[in-house]
Amino acid sequence: MKTEAQSNKVNLKLFKDLSAAKKNPSDCQSSTGPMAYYLTRLKTRQTYSWVGKPLLDQKLHYQTYKEICVKIDGCSDIHIQVGQFVLIEGDDEENPYVAKLIELFEDDGEPRSKKRARVQWFVRFCEIPVCKRHLLGRKPAEQELFWYDYPACDSNVSAETIIGPVQVVALAPDEVLPMDLKNEKTFFVKLSWNEKSFKPLSPELFAELDKPKEGSPKCQKPIEAKTKGVESPSSATTEQVVKRIELRHSASKSRQTPRAVTPTARKRLELGSVPGMANTRNSQQPSCDSLGSPGRTKKKVASSEVTLPSKRSHPDRMDTASPTLRGPQKTGKVQLICTQGENNKASYERHRNLRTRVPPLRSTEISDKRTLCPVGGGQKSSTVPSVILKPENIKKREAKEPEALNEASSTSHRVRRRSSLLTLNRIRQQLRFLDNGKCDQEEEEFLPTAEISVSSSDSEQEEVATPPLTRRAPRSVSRNLRSTLKLSLEIPSKTPQKTPKPRTPFRATPQIRSRKLAAPGPSNVLEEARLRLHVSTVPESLPCREQEFQDIYSFVESKLLDHTGGCMYISGVPGTGKTATVHEVIRGLQQAALTNDVPPFQYVEVNGMKLTEPHQVYVQILEKLTGQKATANHAAELLAKRFRTQGSSRETTVLLVDELDLLWTQKQDVMYNLFDWPTHKEARLVVLTIANTMDLPERIMMNRVSSRLGLTRMSFQPYTHSQLQQILASRLKHLKAFEDDAIQLVARKVAALSGDARRCLDICRRATEICEFSQQKPGSPGLVTVAHLMEALDEMFSSSYITAIRNSSVLEQGFLRAILAEFRRSGLEEATFQQIYSQHVALCRMEGLPYPTMSETMAVCSRLGSCRLLLVESSRNDLLLRVRLNVSQDDVLYALKEE
Amino acid sequence: MSNRKSKNNNLMHAECLSQVQRILRARFCHQNPHSNLFGVQVQYKHLIELLKRTAIHGESNSVLIIGPRGSGKTMLINHALKELMEIGEASENILQVHLNGLLQINDKIALKEITRQLNLENAVGDKVFGSFAENLSFLLEALKKGDRTNSCPVIFILDEFDLFAHHKNQTLLYNLFDISQTAQTPVSVIGLTCRLDILELLEKRVKSRFSHRQIHLMNSFGFPQYVKIFKEQLSLPAEFPDKVFAEKWNENVQMLALNRVTASHPFVTPADLMEANQLCSMDSKANIVHGLSVLEICLIIAMKHLNDIYEEEPFNFQMVYNEFQKFIQRKAHSVYNFEKPVVMKAFEHLQQLELIKPIERTSVNSQREYQLMKLLLDNTQIMNALQKYPNCPTDVRQWATSSLSWL
Repeated sequence: MKTEAQSNKVNLKLFKDLSAAKKNPSDCQSSTGPMAYYLTRLKTRQTYSWVGKPLLDQKLHYQTYKEICVKIDGCSDIHIQVGQFVLIEGDDEENPYVAKLIELFEDDGEPRSKKRARVQWFVRFCEIPVCKRHLLGRKPAEQELFWYDYPACDSNVSAETIIGPVQVVALAPDEVLPMDLKNEKTFFVKLSWNEKSFKPLSPELFAELDKPKEGSPKCQKPIEAKTKGVESPSSATTEQVVKRIELRHSASKSRQTPRAVTPTARKRLELGSVPGMANTRNSQQPSCDSLGSPGRTKKKVASSEVTLPSKRSHPDRMDTASPTLRGPQKTGKVQLICTQGENNKASYERHRNLRTRVPPLRSTEISDKRTLCPVGGGQKSSTVPSVILKPENIKKREAKEPEALNEASSTSHRVRRRSSLLTLNRIRQQLRFLDNGKCDQEEEEFLPTAEISVSSSDSEQEEVATPPLTRRAPRSVSRNLRSTLKLSLEIPSKTPQKTPKPRTPFRATPQIRSRKLAAPGPSNVLEEARLRLHVSTVPESLPCREQEFQDIYSFVESKLLDHTGGCMYISGVPGTGKTATVHEVIRGLQQAALTNDVPPFQYVEVNGMKLTEPHQVYVQILEKLTGQKATANHAAELLAKRFRTQGSSRETTVLLVDELDLLWTQKQDVMYNLFDWPTHKEARLVVLTIANTMDLPERIMMNRVSSRLGLTRMSFQPYTHSQLQQILASRLKHLKAFEDDAIQLVARKVAALSGDARRCLDICRRATEICEFSQQKPGSPGLVTVAHLMEALDEMFSSSYITAIRNSSVLEQGFLRAILAEFRRSGLEEATFQQIYSQHVALCRMEGLPYPTMSETMAVCSRLGSCRLLLVESSRNDLLLRVRLNVSQDDVLYALKEE
Repeated sequence: MSNRKSKNNNLMHAECLSQVQRILRARFCHQNPHSNLFGVQVQYKHLIELLKRTAIHGESNSVLIIGPRGSGKTMLINHALKELMEIGEASENILQVHLNGLLQINDKIALKEITRQLNLENAVGDKVFGSFAENLSFLLEALKKGDRTNSCPVIFILDEFDLFAHHKNQTLLYNLFDISQTAQTPVSVIGLTCRLDILELLEKRVKSRFSHRQIHLMNSFGFPQYVKIFKEQLSLPAEFPDKVFAEKWNENVQMLALNRVTASHPFVTPADLMEANQLCSMDSKANIVHGLSVLEICLIIAMKHLNDIYEEEPFNFQMVYNEFQKFIQRKAHSVYNFEKPVVMKAFEHLQQLELIKPIERTSVNSQREYQLMKLLLDNTQIMNALQKYPNCPTDVRQWATSSLSWL
């Protein structure tokens, strides 16, 4: 899910480079390629060492420590003490785990790493199973964590997985979560999560978390020392600023790099603040700051201070409390990060300050947004049937700035994707606006790169501002567009409206607009029956599938209890309740999990028919499991990694694959992977597959695939007539809308035909309609009788060919007769058009009718062909085109004779 | 039916006539839902009730409207939608998506079009961004979000429905029907097709999800109904500016319908209609034959004889030339003995007109004289054309009637 955010950033970065190169050529000498930057990163090594005397734990015979020192490449070291909050390497490099250090000790029994740490976990919102995220009931704040109250979770980790310290602030239940903080290294805890529900923190826990850690003022000493110097802009060295910038962009950077690195090496990328790794890539940006003379910077500070409150409301959003700090704005911000350990209390207060400051600023910004795209807003014009108003402004803007477009198109060879081009465009335009705006303010020494960094961080913030839940794949592009569009409008807007409006979701989830008028409830028995008979209605119980339900339930339950994985193959013709039964099983298990009868599990469902291509299944599974968004290949890698490596607190995953046969590929790699994952011990994956054919494994699967699928199979037999009757009866419980005979009739008819429950329900629904139409006086709904049902059955199953022939024109009927005559003459089932035409002419002569011309007859022939009463070749064969009947000759004769 | 005016109308009528033409053209050619429906009241009621239930109650449905070309499928649905939009509570409540199998030739394009018409969020202006897979999951998610009572119902109209059934895996149809059968955003899927075997085209899973409602349109009109349609379609509306003219016109139409004909009448005459009818039903190939040269006619006659002799076996140029030579040497008095290349040229011209057709594809190395051909004219067509052929030499005509006439 960071990829989209990242793509935006890539654009911005690219543009930054471009514009820097263009406008400030002197400032970008120090920039080198991203590759160099990456390599310096990789080379860093971390060494972990204990600080202080070991204390011997009497009971466990461990040596415990109070403090650990992390040395990075020998240059600087971070001291982390027990009781501090730390980041710990996890599966997701962007979002390392957050935990509180409880204990540090040395364990000789561990093979891999002797330095161990005991932690209390926190979970991020994105780590919570997708299916349970709704339990929160609100949107999570961007930096929100949850106290992980789940004892089963392994709290013993290797100390060497610790990345670095982080700040966690506990909030009382009545406190408001700060929504838009720039400090990425500060998290907030308000609720606890115990795999079932969110609960407020208990008072004692809160007190424990909330109290500032006096015991840890010394951590990060070296950095602190350096950052102190930074406070005066003149003394800032390039290197340090680089580090700071790197810190901010670290998340996005690590994504761009190739993936072929060992997990631990990759984890370290997170360590943005580590000294000794000069980020040369972004150096043009800070170098503006550092190269500029102090006086120059001050000038800028002064002017921006003046213009700040009214003209540019957004930049100080990312600023800390006092506007005077704004001049070295980045410094101020980074300072916040670096010195967090030192003056915890102070920064905490600062946050509080921020919190109080934020709301009005936020609201002005939002009012801008609202004018732009009132997504999900209540104000929709009733006449326009559109779901969401379009941001028309894009076009206007583009029209306004044709030169900008030209300029952008000249650079288009560098930017592949159109969306990124557009994004680039917008930024460019925005810059123009900015330029103009700045000129108005008589700001001569305007630094373009600095401004861009403001806007980029703004957009970053936009990215972060939305909770992970809403970060869904398909919006990635439009979102980029919108965020940049917003930027372009936000920045030039000089008079933000002050009217505070309720926050509108920046990126609403995809949705069809809701209806204006409420749907009326059923007004009579027939309507009620129709409602209940609709296939979409989910019944409380699934009659006639008790045995299958039990089998699947016990299968999944046993796997859950054993913490193992397995596969099951379910087959049956359409409409026999396969998917419904599995859904029912899952619902039952989820309820059981709530009452702790079975361990909690994650449920993911994919449908082969809802994919454009078999490999997309990886993307869908990954997205539903983690909310992450990746390409098919990457998703496959991530999933394989996930299912093949030991997870610390992994719960079992239940995967339902519907319409399995559509996942067939030439190499069968998709099926292979799906069935291979559960065989790994760590995967804890239960795969339930559904398809129509019973012998699918034998028919289309290679041996190695079908062998992994195993022999746990189940087949759903078509419903018998008594079962169908039971299903109808259970749906129509206590509702006298049908005659008993009528129900029996339809059950028997459908059972004889296909045993498809959907058909059965559809027929009954149609019968209620017919009954209602035939009812003369409204208000007295009658019973659906056998006659009504017969009519519905006729409508749905009667062959339409005969009626079509009967209703065709005289000429068409004549032509059909000629075909029959020709077939009889030749003894074949096929004839050329010429032969039939001569027959037709002969027949017409016999009956004394004027015979039609060749062209007319041809038209008749193609008309019958388009109805598929005849099967004809393409008409370019003209006289020689071959004609066949699509109906049996007897049917044609029967239809023609009737009259 | 064309409405040709008689030539002798007065000048004062000229303006009225242009108006009449405009009205009638709009009536016949544009599919406007303002005209009346004929003979499809039952089907119409079924459809409109279905749509109303979707719009008002949020009930998902799927239905196929099946009927031969020109039977009024599109008109039926247009009428129904128009009536639906006139109901206040329904018009605000529905979204319409119109798709055509001829335009949306694959699911990718269809999805983009749906997204565009629904104005979902990944549509900016008229452009839809994102890959096919993203679009699909986006749309499905959007539709899945809704439920029966809260979401705005969407009516999908799929014109040329049978073409959608040829899309890969029938993904679009599966998903549309699946939505209509699960508790998601209420949708109505209305397919229009002329194929009677449409259900056989659907894959079994798709078929199971389709509700099997079919509305058949058959133009099973009797003669009186046709007369009524004719009258209503040709009559001028009451709001026609020139009342007198309109009255006269309508009276005339009535008379036409009743077959009481007066030739002197200045309006549409039955003769005009007959002529128009003849124009419509003319044999196009006979027309081509009328324009051929005598040499080409001779070649066609030679081919006809070859067909008679060899019982529809294919022939080549050499055979035709030989046959032609026989005729020239024995019998012909009026036809000049052309050189072989000239005859070849005429032969090729016939091929260009597609009156003869090579059996297999023309290959480069095969000699053109020996390429096997088939005649795409029927004997009766040739004879009929010859009868009308202007200045046809008598000997050629005789030769046409009998290949042995020179004996």
